[in-house]
Amino acid sequence: MSASAIVSILFDGLAYAMVLFIISVGLSITMGLMGFVNLAHGAFAMAGGYLVVTLTRSWGVPFLPSLLIAGVVVGAASIPFERLLYSRLYKATELDQVLLTIGLAFMAIASYTYFYGPAPLTVPLPSFLTGQIDIGVRTVPTYRAFTIVVGAVLIALLWYGFERTNIGAKIRAAVDNRRMAQSVGINVDRLFTLTFALGSGLAAFGGGLAIQTFGLTPSFAVLYLVFFLIIVSVGGLGSLKGTLIASILLGVFDIGGKYLYSDAGGFFIYVFTVLVLLIKPAGLYGRE
Amino acid sequence: MAASETQTPATPANAAATSSARARAADFIVKRHYLQWWEALPWVLIIAAYFIFPDRMTFGTQVLIGIMFALSLDLILGYAGIVTLGHALFFGIGAYTVALLTARWGWGEPISSMLIAIVLSAVAGLITGWFLLRYRGLTLLMLTLAAAILVQEAGNYRSDITGGYDGVPGMEIGKLFGIFENDLYGRNYYIYVGVLLFIVWYVLRRIVYSPYGAALTGIRENVRRMYAIGSPVHRRLVTAYTIAAGIAGMAGALFAQSTAYATLGVFDFDNSAKVMVMLILGGTGRLYGAFIGATVYLVLEDDLSKLSPTFWQFGIGLLLVLTVLFARRGLLGLIEDALKYIRRGAKS
Repeated sequence: MSASAIVSILFDGLAYAMVLFIISVGLSITMGLMGFVNLAHGAFAMAGGYLVVTLTRSWGVPFLPSLLIAGVVVGAASIPFERLLYSRLYKATELDQVLLTIGLAFMAIASYTYFYGPAPLTVPLPSFLTGQIDIGVRTVPTYRAFTIVVGAVLIALLWYGFERTNIGAKIRAAVDNRRMAQSVGINVDRLFTLTFALGSGLAAFGGGLAIQTFGLTPSFAVLYLVFFLIIVSVGGLGSLKGTLIASILLGVFDIGGKYLYSDAGGFFIYVFTVLVLLIKPAGLYGRE
Repeated sequence: MAASETQTPATPANAAATSSARARAADFIVKRHYLQWWEALPWVLIIAAYFIFPDRMTFGTQVLIGIMFALSLDLILGYAGIVTLGHALFFGIGAYTVALLTARWGWGEPISSMLIAIVLSAVAGLITGWFLLRYRGLTLLMLTLAAAILVQEAGNYRSDITGGYDGVPGMEIGKLFGIFENDLYGRNYYIYVGVLLFIVWYVLRRIVYSPYGAALTGIRENVRRMYAIGSPVHRRLVTAYTIAAGIAGMAGALFAQSTAYATLGVFDFDNSAKVMVMLILGGTGRLYGAFIGATVYLVLEDDLSKLSPTFWQFGIGLLLVLTVLFARRGLLGLIEDALKYIRRGAKS
């Protein structure tokens, strides 16, 4: 294997991992906080993707602002869902949560198929994001470099928010021990609504970012859900570091596996997932 | 019960109430596995369907297979409380065993190939169950999901053998008992699958009312207590998982035989989700939920998806959300509530 092949696997894998991370991180935090199995998370990412398509194509909003708008709008729109539906099932069994959220995902897929049709959609990119860019070692697609930069910025922001702000400390406290956090006066319910909205917003942002990489069809909501769930469970619930490491492992493994052994496709990822979960059932950085 | 006796003064009225409650409880435990008259209903309807819809027996066969698949899930989900997202794994193994035996090795004899399918999928259940059932919660969900996808990906890797997502070509299923062919209307297969479904139902009914079945329910309701009283929890769960896997494999084998068709799509998450939806819709942990759920689901699917697949998908999503929020015990639960309400109305 040539050095250039290794570089391109690592680079493409990293770009892929950033998209996966941005979408999965919200899922990881909300699952860590409330133990809620949210299979509709992919639907929020998909909603973001379609909103970006509408904004750029029909309303002529440039790509970058529409990513941000999609994040904010979907984040805000997720709050009623959380308050009206999810909050009823926090104390219910996983089965109930799985069923409710699968139902929501199905409804989302059907609605988006109805309005946008089943064919894959693309988004017009600004000229500075197309083409190739020279990063010294070799030239790479500009969009992938852009994805990595965006991912790095978001990781830095999230890290700061988590580790250095008051609200981040509250979230960490609630993930660690919810009852204790409530006893010292943290309003965990409101905290959860907030993180849920943040997570859904990030997912929508990532969904917009992912159109170029994954393609956008209504089945997006379920198709990549397995990846997001793998990242969350391999990384460990509620762990920022775990989610990041799992995203990078999965991104690089998947791209590498597809470059080197295209027939075996995603086989490696699932072997890897099963092995990690058998050895560390709570994930790499989860609490046992 | 002992506590209430010591706390309440032993007035004659109280004592009478306690002893009659006790008698009723004892009566319930002794008689709960007795066959009730309404338990004949599904079978009467299944036989009646044969005469009422003689030209729709191909579809009828699929409903019976759906019921069998949902019944197998009921044993582990409804009774033992194992939440799995990968039950299609065993259905798929059953279907592929038959498909590969028939198309690649020319073993078209349906009954023996079905038996092989049952054994293989039960072995798969034993092996995966042994490893996976130590875990609970999200980890278990993910592991069952990943196990099904793993097998699917492996099948895709060797698509020269499995035919990939295009399916196994050239399945020639032999005649049942060397006499009955799978005719155009599927009538023979309807009877064949119906008889097998009856056997499966009988076996499962015996299992869930046995002490072993009571232990499974105990694990579902309070696993810590079952550990505390020394019940071998893991072994019991693996046993249930193996039985359920075998029955799911049987449903898969019958599916492949009755349609002469199998693609890697059988391992899809959609298939696992579908069987779960059927069971939830009917009601879990009561055997008959599978009958009602699978029938309602498949009939609706058949009618509505012809009308518009999008509409159907939205409908099934909405149905799931409503079931979880308002009718957690499924359609059977609703029927029970309605009956109770009517009886109370009649008394007063």
